[in-house]
Amino acid sequence: MGQQVLNGIFVGSIYALFAVGYTLVFGVLDILNLAHQAVFMLAAFVALVLVENAHLPLWAALPLAVVAGGLIGLVLERLAFRPLRGRSDSNISGLISSLAVATILEAIALQFFGPDISRFPPGTFPDRMIRIGAASTSLLQLCIIGISVLLMALLSFLMARTRLGRQLRAVAESPRAARILGIDVDRTIAVAFFLSSALGAAAGVLFGLAFNSISPDVGRGVELKGLAVIILGGMGSVPGAVVAGFALGLIEVFTVEHIGSSYRDVVSFAVLFLVLVARPRGLFGRAAAREA
Amino acid sequence: MSDLLLAYQALFAFVGINGLLALSVYATLSCGQLSLANAGFMAVGAYTAALITLHAPGVPFIFVLAAAALLPALLAVPLGLPVLRLRGVFLAIATIGFGEVVRLFFVNWDFTNGALGLVAIPQRTGLVTIAAALLVALFVLGRLWRSRAGYALEAIREDETAARTMGIRTTSYKLAMLSLGAALAGLAGGLEAHYTFMVSPGGYGFGRVVEMLVQAVVGGTAAFYGPVVGAAFLTVLPELLREVGARLGLAPGPFRLFLNGAILLAVILYLPNGLVSLPARLRRKVLS
Repeated sequence: MGQQVLNGIFVGSIYALFAVGYTLVFGVLDILNLAHQAVFMLAAFVALVLVENAHLPLWAALPLAVVAGGLIGLVLERLAFRPLRGRSDSNISGLISSLAVATILEAIALQFFGPDISRFPPGTFPDRMIRIGAASTSLLQLCIIGISVLLMALLSFLMARTRLGRQLRAVAESPRAARILGIDVDRTIAVAFFLSSALGAAAGVLFGLAFNSISPDVGRGVELKGLAVIILGGMGSVPGAVVAGFALGLIEVFTVEHIGSSYRDVVSFAVLFLVLVARPRGLFGRAAAREA
Repeated sequence: MSDLLLAYQALFAFVGINGLLALSVYATLSCGQLSLANAGFMAVGAYTAALITLHAPGVPFIFVLAAAALLPALLAVPLGLPVLRLRGVFLAIATIGFGEVVRLFFVNWDFTNGALGLVAIPQRTGLVTIAAALLVALFVLGRLWRSRAGYALEAIREDETAARTMGIRTTSYKLAMLSLGAALAGLAGGLEAHYTFMVSPGGYGFGRVVEMLVQAVVGGTAAFYGPVVGAAFLTVLPELLREVGARLGLAPGPFRLFLNGAILLAVILYLPNGLVSLPARLRRKVLS
């Protein structure tokens, strides 16, 4: 039991970290960024190249890959979202243009790394097992949980206590009112994309380390989970995504234990669909979800 | 002419199948909704048709195709009903999930050989059947366009709240179009299965949806024939550009993927109404 809870928290921390970025952009811009999973995937490859080809230690490769992810996010915003702003159909065309960028990023990964699974070289991270009561875990898993929680805490602090956080929340509330109040809306949205993609990139690197398997389609599976998490947590709610991420991780682990591993990915869809049927605004979302 | 047809038979067949798929995406786009489940619907249609042919070879092909279209159309109802009351983005999310679940279902189903899929499906279709199916689809969507229902769809696309205020039953319309799109995707799946002799879950991944979407958007979704133009253009283009990709040292798979993404981005940014809007746009430019 303790072992399952620990595994659930471990998987959940990655889901939550991925989904927090998703929900951040949705909250600020009201647009779902379907390229988020591609940034996740590409960042894992960036870290891999830095470790394997540039022979950097992991503690240096991780932050570099995170910054690289953030920069991809800036390009993404400039390329796929900013030109559409103010267009009447910007919701649907934003979905399509982000899908286009995702496709381009996947093509890049496929060209350079091939369709097969790539792995970090052995010894990238010390292989140590740790016992906590009756449960055992690895040092890597604990570090991943620690880093995820730390990053999410930093984001929550940023959103709640800093000037930048206030600006982000103001733009989320009403871009027009924010502009009148003297907030540089374009810059704020760009910052949101940087943060979101950097967090997605961190999730990607951690995911790649955790399962030691990276391929150009690795983001697809995580995307479904991320979507389930933001729906369950409430679209646009950062605390909601954190809670729902851990919840999904736990639900998944217990499903695998009691029903079977081939249903692992169906769980996310079941969660997603049930929430949409029963409570579309999720756990922490605002009631606006029903409006057209 | 007949020589040309013979030499490029496969190419024309795929133009037809892709045309149907692009129309299936157009069906939902025409009321401002993005459905990303169409590869899943296609898979359901393809497997349905292939299983009937393999296990009950006596069933006439027209009934096989009808089943391939009907089953996805029925599946679309419980999928769409809860999410179509909500904002458009929820349909996109639910359909991404649905498509992935369908793929996983076929990967895990032993009866259909899991990830390997079904092979040695008898070839029961050719250019004529495919062309006929495409014409039927175009006829249906053409009748819809500029009809009372067509104007209702356009109103929903432009402003859903206003459309509802005017008494248009928005959810019913959206559901009907999702179902129609699912039927077209299933039909295309059934045709493709009997043209290429095989079905496997790998053929219905997310890349396939993107492909359909690119073709629909590039052709243009403001007119019912736009998606077919896009499908024809984008099915032929990679054949023409294959040399270019090879010379740049790009593998065919990534090159095609890159092309799809880049063209989709360019069109959505600079030519939102697609290729079919190009003549009118050029005329305006010349006149002004």
